[in-house]
Amino acid sequence: MIVARREAWTGRALLVLLMLVTLAPFVSLFVTALHPAGTYPLGLDWPSDPQWSNFADAFRAAHMGALLTSSILIVLGVVPVSLLLATMAGFAIGHLRMAGRRLVFLTFVLGLTLPFEGIITPLYYQVRDMGLLNTRWAIVLPLIGLFMPFSVFWMRAHFVNMPEELSEGARIDGANVWQLFWRIHVPLAMPAISSLAILLFLWTWNQFLLAIVLVDDPAKRTMAGALGAFQGQWGTDIPLLCAGSLLILAPTLAIFLVFQRRFVSALLQGSLKG
Amino acid sequence: MTRLAEARPAPATVARKGSPARKAGLRTRRWVGWLFVTPALVVYATFVLRPLFLTFEYSLYRWDGIGPSTWVGLDNYVKVFTDPDLFDTILHAFKLIVFFSAIPVLLGLAIASTIRRIAASRLALVARTVLFLPQVFPLVAAGIAWSWLLSSTGLVNQLLSRVGLGGVTRAWLGDFSTALPAVGVIGAWVLLGLCTLLLLAGMSKIDPALYEAARIDGAGPLREFASITVPSLRHEIGVCVTVTVIAALATFDIVYIATQGGPGNATMVPGLEIYYQAFAERQVGVASALAVVLMILVLACVLPIQWLTREESR
Repeated sequence: MIVARREAWTGRALLVLLMLVTLAPFVSLFVTALHPAGTYPLGLDWPSDPQWSNFADAFRAAHMGALLTSSILIVLGVVPVSLLLATMAGFAIGHLRMAGRRLVFLTFVLGLTLPFEGIITPLYYQVRDMGLLNTRWAIVLPLIGLFMPFSVFWMRAHFVNMPEELSEGARIDGANVWQLFWRIHVPLAMPAISSLAILLFLWTWNQFLLAIVLVDDPAKRTMAGALGAFQGQWGTDIPLLCAGSLLILAPTLAIFLVFQRRFVSALLQGSLKG
Repeated sequence: MTRLAEARPAPATVARKGSPARKAGLRTRRWVGWLFVTPALVVYATFVLRPLFLTFEYSLYRWDGIGPSTWVGLDNYVKVFTDPDLFDTILHAFKLIVFFSAIPVLLGLAIASTIRRIAASRLALVARTVLFLPQVFPLVAAGIAWSWLLSSTGLVNQLLSRVGLGGVTRAWLGDFSTALPAVGVIGAWVLLGLCTLLLLAGMSKIDPALYEAARIDGAGPLREFASITVPSLRHEIGVCVTVTVIAALATFDIVYIATQGGPGNATMVPGLEIYYQAFAERQVGVASALAVVLMILVLACVLPIQWLTREESR
């Protein structure tokens, strides 16, 4: 008993320490953001005169309004289409079991571990030839393709476990495949689809490489790409940079806190399956 | 469609597979399946498979991205393996595996088994949310925050001075000998929480009776850890190693923000080198050859891990 209690206390202490280490960078950003603009404060030093106005300055400097709109547009372009295509493909491979499904599935799995850097060069020339460079489509279309392996993999895993009888019953009642898909299988797949939606939202929002390579204008990028540009522009004004970074992180944090349970389970499942 | 129902009156028909209606039904379904999978395949082929193929093709040419290209065979690959600046990027990526994979997985195992008993407490629930923050925020943010933490006046040096180690303080990311490990520390910070939580989730599935039995047999915490925890977590450990090894080899965002590959070439990694070669140096062929090498390295590392930790655990 004594051993167990001591272990529990060590556990708690370790957990608190781990949380402190995780939070330290953000606390440091926050404290630094309150120092007068242009100064070089210490890493963790509460200012004598907190400059809350830095956040307002950073909001203007970062064009937060435009950034939010841009990221939302990109997410709206990527996530619904990816979900639809992947659900359909997962349904065909996992449930309809059409001829040649193994080969198709293998083709998708091939892309699961692909680092984006591996194809970024030809992607640049391809997007340029399509005349889409420096538009949001340059991020949206390739991302849909790049998310397909994981999304199809994810949806197939769901459909493989759906009992055959479910469809047979509906077919006997006179439903064709299209109705079968929309009326029976999509509603049943909602938990899998919504977890996938969270993951895709996060990966789109945080996409950096495609944003900096394919789009020059930070106002047409994702949040992460805009943050990179913000660092390039204001990197010498540390308090302002810190304030801007926190502002750019704020929407993600808000969404995460609202949906945290779903986020955590989606992320855990996501890495387990991927 | 009612005909279908009439043709198969009872679910336990003996000649299920042989019945003509069943056959017809299957045939439509097999054909229709392709309609469902085609849109996904088209997007995937256009934006992944085609560029993938082109990467291989580009890697055999010398091309500045604008003018005509010249066939050079495997010269670009020879360059990747002989030019120290290029080859070092691969070595750096492997050194980063120590920080991105070994530290988070080993430390994660140690932490998870220590906090296993309190995994259901309120504190642990709060910790779940907090430890996930590095996963939710873009890596760019981690890069910015840590560049500040590791700078000469940053928190890390502040703490070191406080405990009397003022002598070792420096601009960690700007020093040739410490820049790469410092980048590694950022990666370890990003991945430690994820690994800990994945392993903790795996531990919650282990039968507590196993631990009880071990206790009665007089096993200490270390023995428990080695004979129960680690073997039961094969699958989870495999996942952690896979995810983190890919993150290490294909790292880009953190290095781009924190060091831009510097000082000198000290933290240059394949991903960033591909970016520079293709878009700054205009050496599309070299960039593509390095990209092919990177993709093969990722597969060469991931496949054995998957193979080692698969099936047997299930």
